[in-house]
Amino acid sequence: MALQDKYQQLIDTANTSGVSNLQVREQDGVLYIDGEAPSGAVKDKLWDVYGSIDPDFLSGDVVMNVNVATAVPGAKVKVVTEKSNLNIRKGPGTDQPIVGKAAHHEIITLVSKSNDQWWLVRTDDGEEGYAYAQYLAPVE
Amino acid sequence: MKRTFSRLLNASLLIAITSIWLFSCKPKIKDEDIQTQIQSNPALTHLVATVKDGVVTLSGECKDEADKTASENVVKQIPGVKSVVNNTTIAPPPPPAPVEIAADDPLTKGITDALKDHPTVKATAKDGIITVTGEATSANWKKIKIALDALKPKKVDASGLTIKK
Repeated sequence: MALQDKYQQLIDTANTSGVSNLQVREQDGVLYIDGEAPSGAVKDKLWDVYGSIDPDFLSGDVVMNVNVATAVPGAKVKVVTEKSNLNIRKGPGTDQPIVGKAAHHEIITLVSKSNDQWWLVRTDDGEEGYAYAQYLAPVE
Repeated sequence: MKRTFSRLLNASLLIAITSIWLFSCKPKIKDEDIQTQIQSNPALTHLVATVKDGVVTLSGECKDEADKTASENVVKQIPGVKSVVNNTTIAPPPPPAPVEIAADDPLTKGITDALKDHPTVKATAKDGIITVTGEATSANWKKIKIALDALKPKKVDASGLTIKK
């Protein structure tokens, strides 16, 4: 219960921001928070609150996994790398050959999710392959 | 005349009293009948009931508040029941599903992908625990942490990581 108290503000934010399928479980000294945020903005807000309670996440007592509900097949997603292009690969892994690139801030289409880390995408030019999901944000 | 009148009055009184008695007195429903009704009702089989003089005492475990109220209402509908003493308890909520933790191999592969753009950070996975070392800026470490959490580790131990400004 102590961890839930420490992170009460984070749990409250998740509840009031419309996170669905929210699960908060404590196991072996770690608090696991899972759910689906209605938008990327809500997911960002949750990470900001988490970081305010545990600066730089150095306590290691939370594992938070909140996906974004708007990231569904057919959705438009924006390349949110810091400044570089995003590699589009033949398969879901950095060991896979690069078959194309999407430019920084380009809007491309999410075709399907291979898993939480790798999404099959297609650019307007018709290049299709796998891109690392961390660098893709649903257009809201 | 007076005698006839007085006889009529007696007769009316007798008829009135008999009628009142006939219409207000119901045949007494026995406690055993109530008990039979309770035991044959599928909505109440999870509970225990004792009946005494039409007063039903309910005990046992209900699955939630709604179940507790519904059971009481069902019993109240049974003919002969004068009142219900609801001593049922409510079951504790089921334990949450155990947390899913990924195996070390998929964790290791996921770590490789997550750190590809961050050569100054190193991480290994053992028994579900990802141990992070090296250095990173606060902003980059946040991105890495989000990616590592998504791999479903047991824990992300960054005590060996240096955050540089």
